[in-house]
Amino acid sequence: MRSQGVGQLGRWYSRIMFGVCVGFAALIIALLSLVIWYLLAIGAQSVDLAFFTQDQSGDPTAPGGMRHAIVGTLVLVGLASAVGVPMGMLAGIHMAEYSQETWLAKPARFIADVLAGVPSIVIGILGYELIVVPMGNFSGWAGAAALAFIMIPIVARTTEEMLLLVPNSYRAGSFALGATKAQTILRVVLPAASGSVVTGIMLALARVAGETAPLLFTALGSRFLTLDPNQPFPSLTVQIYTYATGPYEAERRLAWAGILVLISILFALNLTIRVVAARSARHLKSN
Amino acid sequence: MESPTQPLQIKLPAAPAFLPERPAGYNMLEAIRRNEPVESTVHESVHAQPAVLSIRDFELWYGKSKALHGINMPIARNRVTALIGPSGCGKSTLLRCINRLNDLVDGVRIHGQMTLQGSPIYGPGVDVIGIRTRVGMVFQKSNPFPMSIFENVIYALRIAGERRKSVLAERCEVALRNGALWDEVKDRLTESALGLSGGQQQRLCIARAVASEPEVLLMDEPCSALDPIATLKIEELVRDLCQRLTVVIVTHNMQQAARVSHYTAFMYLGRLVEYGRTADLFQNPLLPETEQYVTGRFG
Repeated sequence: MRSQGVGQLGRWYSRIMFGVCVGFAALIIALLSLVIWYLLAIGAQSVDLAFFTQDQSGDPTAPGGMRHAIVGTLVLVGLASAVGVPMGMLAGIHMAEYSQETWLAKPARFIADVLAGVPSIVIGILGYELIVVPMGNFSGWAGAAALAFIMIPIVARTTEEMLLLVPNSYRAGSFALGATKAQTILRVVLPAASGSVVTGIMLALARVAGETAPLLFTALGSRFLTLDPNQPFPSLTVQIYTYATGPYEAERRLAWAGILVLISILFALNLTIRVVAARSARHLKSN
Repeated sequence: MESPTQPLQIKLPAAPAFLPERPAGYNMLEAIRRNEPVESTVHESVHAQPAVLSIRDFELWYGKSKALHGINMPIARNRVTALIGPSGCGKSTLLRCINRLNDLVDGVRIHGQMTLQGSPIYGPGVDVIGIRTRVGMVFQKSNPFPMSIFENVIYALRIAGERRKSVLAERCEVALRNGALWDEVKDRLTESALGLSGGQQQRLCIARAVASEPEVLLMDEPCSALDPIATLKIEELVRDLCQRLTVVIVTHNMQQAARVSHYTAFMYLGRLVEYGRTADLFQNPLLPETEQYVTGRFG
């Protein structure tokens, strides 16, 4: 009889657990919906053609558009990836494939995890001390370097994890055919993991595209459309920060529009990542 | 001249009715389990054919545990040699030593020597890559790379630096024909190899392994994941292949060893127990222990 009572209690407990979990899952969806609804309600009206075609006018009551900031973010992320992606991937390859050859892999993995957790403002200050101060001015290079610094550990760790998922039978098969280690990695292991490695790289891109703090001390921001990284460099996030904290109503509206555009870009990027990841997962499963 | 595919007709003196003297009640397998030194029984007949590969006093340790004990055996050229024995007897380990694939395992130490056409496989200055191009391997589970059928087959040629398209196309066709797969895939060479059936994938792996024309082909239970029809195809293929090269095959399936091989080596816990012509080993083994195993009374 007693065991029946416990069973009854257990069933109730189970139902409550289920309810609590459903509730919090719904809360997450509600929070995201709230953010998107709020952004659409306030920002959508300010997103127009001029937003994408005009630069900052200099007149705070009619501030123009954000073309310079969008281009700036694209250039900064592009420069950061050009450095961060190859460096991160090579480090990841070392950690996954050469961990037996050197003692470096273990500490590198640990430090990459620590680096990935360092607050981005710290990276910004580092960029300021290492690049801005010696160069004598804020610059696009410093901003890109700070973003690259954030990318490297993320790319390294995802590359490592994805390479470790590649079945060892591929490696053994390649070695048995007379391939060297480098040939095995370049021709078999990396291509087999390419889909998921690309996913990891895009996640890192999405992460740095939304960063503000590391750019405040490095790229600083700029009113002008520029492609010269030796100068202070505009970016969407810093421009949003500047406008949103300013006193002018028109600028604040533009900041909302900027947030909406930024979120849309990141959302699109995330969606693409999901599609690519699903494809590569199917690809690996079919094996 | 006798046909290489029918070696069982080689004229040889009957296997010598020789058996080392043993105390009453002696069982060699029990002696092995007690870790006592034992002597392999190697038939004279294994020396009838010139050896392409020679294994001498070969020993191997995984860390502290010894996996191979004093293996001495020649491998006959253009013949199929089967390694049989219960799980853990070291047959796969021995196979993976021939192309030095065990180098990839941490903590492996070896002692003794193997020679391929007289040249050493172990030792300082040995070109491991060169050994692996001369000794191909087919694995238990087929492992085509996630690329096209064509790229799979010519992989060994590509990494050796061959770029001429006509050469690659020709060698691909020859290899696929040798793998008995050409007719089935000739119209879809550019498709992913992962779309092939299990049996086709394994034959693709055989084609890939023979594309660089190795002297020896190692097969590690190549049929254990295949259905009977696919298995039959591979077995026929193995008999064809040995016209051009030497096959060493590990199998759990005694019928397969009897069907496909010319010579059979029975191993137990890292020792070579008995080695001779397949017909002799299965029908007329010298050791009662071998007879017990091949008739399925243990293992």
